[in-house]
Amino acid sequence: MQPLLEIKDLVTVFNTQRGRINAVDGVSLSLPAGETLGIVGESGCGKTMLALSIMQLIPQNGSIEQGRIFFCGQDLLKLSPEEIRLRRGREIAMIFQEPMTSLNPVFRIGEQIAEAVRLHQNLSSKEARDVSIEQLREVGIPDPERRARDYPHQLSGGMRQRVMIAMAMSCHPKLLLADEPTTALDVTIQAQILDLISTLKEKNNMAVIFITHDLGIVAQTAKYVAVMYAGKIVENSWAERIFTNPVHPYTKGLIDSIPSCSIDPSKDRRKYLKTIPGSVPNLYNLPCGCRFRERCSVAFDQCLREEPPLIEIESGHFVSCWSAQGVGGKKI
Amino acid sequence: MPETLIDLQNLNKIFTFTSGIFNSQNRIVHAVQSINLQIWKGETLGLVGESGCGKSTLARLIVGLENPSSGFIFFQGDDISSYDKRAMKIYRRNVQLIFQDPYSSLNPRKSAISMVKEPLIIHRSGNSDERRRQATELMEKVGLSAEQANRYPHEFSGGQRQRIGIARALILQPQLIIADEPVSALDVSVQAQILNLLKDLKQDFGLTYLFISHDLNVIRHMADRVAVMYLGQIVELAENRDIYESPLHPYTQLLLSAVPDCNPRKKRKKVIIKDEIGHGGNRGCNFQDRCPYKLPLCKEQQPVLQEVNKQRFCACHLAGSIRMS
Ligand SMILES: Nc1ncnc2c1ncn2[C@@H]1O[C@H](COP(=O)(O)OP(=O)(O)OP(=O)(O)O)[C@@H](O)[C@H]1O
Ligand SMILES: Nc1ncnc2c1ncn2[C@@H]1O[C@H](COP(=O)(O)OP(=O)(O)OP(=O)(O)O)[C@@H](O)[C@H]1O
Ligand SMILES: [Mg+2]
Ligand SMILES: [Mg+2]
Repeated sequence: MQPLLEIKDLVTVFNTQRGRINAVDGVSLSLPAGETLGIVGESGCGKTMLALSIMQLIPQNGSIEQGRIFFCGQDLLKLSPEEIRLRRGREIAMIFQEPMTSLNPVFRIGEQIAEAVRLHQNLSSKEARDVSIEQLREVGIPDPERRARDYPHQLSGGMRQRVMIAMAMSCHPKLLLADEPTTALDVTIQAQILDLISTLKEKNNMAVIFITHDLGIVAQTAKYVAVMYAGKIVENSWAERIFTNPVHPYTKGLIDSIPSCSIDPSKDRRKYLKTIPGSVPNLYNLPCGCRFRERCSVAFDQCLREEPPLIEIESGHFVSCWSAQGVGGKKI
Repeated sequence: MPETLIDLQNLNKIFTFTSGIFNSQNRIVHAVQSINLQIWKGETLGLVGESGCGKSTLARLIVGLENPSSGFIFFQGDDISSYDKRAMKIYRRNVQLIFQDPYSSLNPRKSAISMVKEPLIIHRSGNSDERRRQATELMEKVGLSAEQANRYPHEFSGGQRQRIGIARALILQPQLIIADEPVSALDVSVQAQILNLLKDLKQDFGLTYLFISHDLNVIRHMADRVAVMYLGQIVELAENRDIYESPLHPYTQLLLSAVPDCNPRKKRKKVIIKDEIGHGGNRGCNFQDRCPYKLPLCKEQQPVLQEVNKQRFCACHLAGSIRMS
């Protein structure tokens, strides 16, 4: 079956005064319709730029250097700006971490949703208004007729994120890109927003790419997981596999290093967390060979020489690591 | 009974301010409400709660950056409001704060070592050679090499900057460290390094921690006892295991049910909250708007923190009678 989204060898670069960086450095992935893919990775690894590349909304000083992004079989990178604009919002929608930056502070929220609806559907303003109130009800905003007349600053953070979701959902997109949509929220509000997104996804058979640095969120929401490190995907598989049988040393390290409510630390050997030494490399100055090797406990000479490709080591499980690919060598 | 290092008695902080240019009416925020809490010598007391519940305000009151509106702070049995200038200076040495944001809490124009030395200079401790030696030793202890000592903050990663902040807090050999979200701004892979370091330092220097975080996973790993804060109040206080394995307060139960678990097979239950933000009205329980178990009594009377079981405290009219569903 043809996937809804298929990205092949995508490279997104920035030219800055400090030099040139590949914020997204050869990313390939695919996502079937109606499924959820979680993208995890630490700050600066390129998660947002990957999402913005799909939307073709990357900042001025950046550009997509190579690759293909097939959506419903069509290469988005070959479409005219007008065709892209039509798909954006209607077929692919995006929500961000801080809803305040995407809501216009001087318009009532009902008007903003109605505007988004009218942009893509041929509706009268009365009809668009009805749709907007319906959308607000749909995302669990109480008393939507009255709330539609509120301005963004009159809402709590959680309510604003609901409004963003209502706006994103208003044209029934096939794909929702959610970039850290709950990072600024309290944990109880986060839980409600996660529940809301998964309900809407089921109901509309919508695919979701969920971007976060929180592994717990990914474990709870995604069917597939891609782990990013310094611009590249280093491991990609079903969530179950990633969490029960991680293969890349970075994935293993990440999973082992986070504390968990369900682990009792008073049990002796739990006193210390496992750690990954060092910190994320600077994209302006990447090490040669594998970009994780300086922090890796199993690196060997091959890792110094050459960057490992992302290889399918078992059906549906992709890893970019020489030792996982059965290449041996001298330890460094 | 463990020795009490800090004893907070009926501590309150009320902020008054005018909100907006067109609004001449004063708004008040009761950020810390009648808090009674002890920090025991040698323990790590975890303080957890959602944004705006008053965690940082409580921290600032304890270190003396903010004055209480009413109530008392006792340090080793002495009321700190009775301290003269000299005694206050000694108190300030003994109680140090580590901040969340290692970026903004460091001076960009000072090298790492001069920042670590600075508190010694302020407190006129030792001569220049001794200060340098002490600072170098401590920096090594927190994982910064001698070679890094002369670098400036922008040359360090977030984790390294937090190490500088920690060394700076430790240089005066304090008894109590208040760590206010010390790992919240860090990458996940660096967070574990800093948490391990804090555990080591506690042991090596015989420290006491008040460890503040909104992250229940981190608190679980770090704390001996846990205090749960909601809208200015401590609503539950107990040993780590009791809080996590049999929470008593409906708010603690709600918090724990909301944390996403890393095991994809252990699905989180749907979180049901009646209202999104509690308002903490003038009367009754602060949590009543969001509470699924609300009784008529909860509208009338504010529950106080009471010992429900041995060393288990809870501020709820229903304490002990509700199980986590
Ligand atoms: N406009 C820009 N000019 C130059 N570099 C940029 C620009 N925007 C982003 N970058 C760089 O591109 C890289 C990837 O950034 P991106 O925002 O995608 O990271 P991220 O994974 O979303 O991180 P975070 O978790 O912090 O949101 C980073 O190293 C960042 O510094
Ligand atoms: N100087 C101040 N003036 C007025 N209000 C204040 C002041 N400092 C704090 N507050 C208010 O007191 C309440 C508690 O704030 P505080 O910063 O202590 O919360 P917190 O629990 O540390 O939150 P966070 O998790 O977001 O850091 C908030 O409503 C805040 O707006
Ligand atoms: Mg981002
Ligand atoms: Mg705070």
